[in-house]
Amino acid sequence: MSETSRPQLVSSGQTLAQKLLARASGKPRVEPGEIILVQVDLAMAHDSSGPRRWKPHLDSLGATLWDPSRIVIVSDHYVPAVDGESAAILKLTRDFAKEHRVGHFFDMEGICHAILPQKGLLRPGIFVAGGDSHTPHAGAFGCYAAGFGATDMLGIVVTGQTWTIVPETIRIEITGSLGPMVSAKDVMLVLCRELGMDNAFKAIEYGGPGVESMSMDERMVLSNMAAELGGEVGLIAADEVTLGHIRAHGGSATEADLAWKPDPNATYERIISINLSDLEPQIALPHSPANSFPINHALGSPIHQAYIGACVGAKLQDLHMAAQILKGQRIAKDVRLLVAPASSQVTADAAADGTLSTLLAAGATLLPSGCGACAGMGAGLLAAGEVCISTTNRNFKGRMGHAEAFVYLASPYTVAASALTGCVSDPTKFLPELAVAQ
Amino acid sequence: MTETRGTGRAFVFGNNIDTDLLAPGHLMKLSAEDLAQHCLEAIAPDFAKSVQPGDFVVAGKNFGLGSSREQAAISLRLLGVGAVIAPSFARIFYRNALNLGLPALFCEEAYRIADGDQLMVDPVLGKITNKTRSETLSCKPIPDHLMAMVRAGGLIAHLKSRRGT
Ligand code: SF4
Repeated sequence: MSETSRPQLVSSGQTLAQKLLARASGKPRVEPGEIILVQVDLAMAHDSSGPRRWKPHLDSLGATLWDPSRIVIVSDHYVPAVDGESAAILKLTRDFAKEHRVGHFFDMEGICHAILPQKGLLRPGIFVAGGDSHTPHAGAFGCYAAGFGATDMLGIVVTGQTWTIVPETIRIEITGSLGPMVSAKDVMLVLCRELGMDNAFKAIEYGGPGVESMSMDERMVLSNMAAELGGEVGLIAADEVTLGHIRAHGGSATEADLAWKPDPNATYERIISINLSDLEPQIALPHSPANSFPINHALGSPIHQAYIGACVGAKLQDLHMAAQILKGQRIAKDVRLLVAPASSQVTADAAADGTLSTLLAAGATLLPSGCGACAGMGAGLLAAGEVCISTTNRNFKGRMGHAEAFVYLASPYTVAASALTGCVSDPTKFLPELAVAQ
Repeated sequence: MTETRGTGRAFVFGNNIDTDLLAPGHLMKLSAEDLAQHCLEAIAPDFAKSVQPGDFVVAGKNFGLGSSREQAAISLRLLGVGAVIAPSFARIFYRNALNLGLPALFCEEAYRIADGDQLMVDPVLGKITNKTRSETLSCKPIPDHLMAMVRAGGLIAHLKSRRGT
């Protein structure tokens, strides 16, 4: 990894963030530092951040939704209901969606960030405001997608507008290609360590041949974890792969959408270069994604639970990665492997292509699609003193249950390999066995 | 209407105080008042009990990182915290805090404040007076239009007062 800073040009080009924000604010061009009013194209919220927080205020302000057809509500945090309170939150969400004729309501179909692309709701160029901190996930589709708190979102769903400060951009230039058992998650764990998590009010822009060679599932990991870097957005310019994904999921996209890319002479705050060919598996130790190291650092640490879940780590390709390691194997005796696919569509696809039976045969327990233990709300929480290795994006103290539990973050390959041995393991060591088995 | 210039005691924390510490996920079903009692308990078990209205939370870099949950700012506000003072804030937390009437003050020199110091804070002038150490630190003032919202008690209260309801 190396860092360079580009000389400032007198008449410089624009970053992708500048172009997207110029469009959203109806201006020919915007500059970093400018405070702008933006028109929102799509507003998304979930059962925890949305209707339950908006309803009392909407009622007391006597306000209505600006454009129900542009609002997406996804029940994913409290699903399925496990007690009276979660049932009441889900019911309120359903009733709200009906009463306000919310254009896109998805009840227990999966995690909001997985749902947006799966339902073909994203398109390069649009401004997406989401009531969740991982909204940058949608930036993989060339959208300006940023997270907002519930009060900001209330303002957005009532007016269709919000304000933002045009961010400076950190460019992540990715070259080379991923070796076996290494993934986009490992890239992000390196970046959390190198860039830190304190990049608030900055845009992260990923590009280069290494990104172009990645599938959309992998690109979404880069964008999703821009949130861990503290970034406002995690942008990736659209290419044919993006357009293909959008069309395959019923969305509309044309060749003109390929214009949403940074200028070659854009001015960046800095440029970080990463060569995928040099990358080895990484692991973040408790209690921060930035507390990450090459896997060697933690080899052999015992685990109690392996968790394959969350928007970032339970897409179809993530399940494929885990299955590659677990095929024909059985997890360690004292370990529980929990798999919560990111959406019910992922579960169905994994069932259809045999991935699910591979995971179950290895001893995995299948959990409902939703935020689950990642949000500290659903099944799979940890007791004091327990250790979990997880494909999720955050391992803050207390996030997955008890404040005295310990969570390691890693790729699906590494989580699966560790489930097999019962301790933190290097997935690349599983290559020879796989070769023999095939 | 909240009085925004105030005096109180500093509760000092480190870098990267995240929203799971401020409002633990597994307790998010509790009422806002009950949830506030668990604010920061994983690192400071007595915080909710000892903090008094008007006291200040002083922290290191990147305060409020993590989830978009507003309960992180709401909990501090319900405990009466007068302002959060830190060299940098996570973006969503910063917006949430102002939207909810909790002043968040960027102060490069926050590290000069020690736990228990008596502070007088003026968010409009951008001035923090450390009475214990007899020194004055500067912080980025909160612009007028945002301060009007903070003073009203947050965005919603502000909207309501402007509509005269
Ligand atoms: S899966 Fe985890 S990170 Fe993703 S939206 Fe849900 S709680 Fe947030």
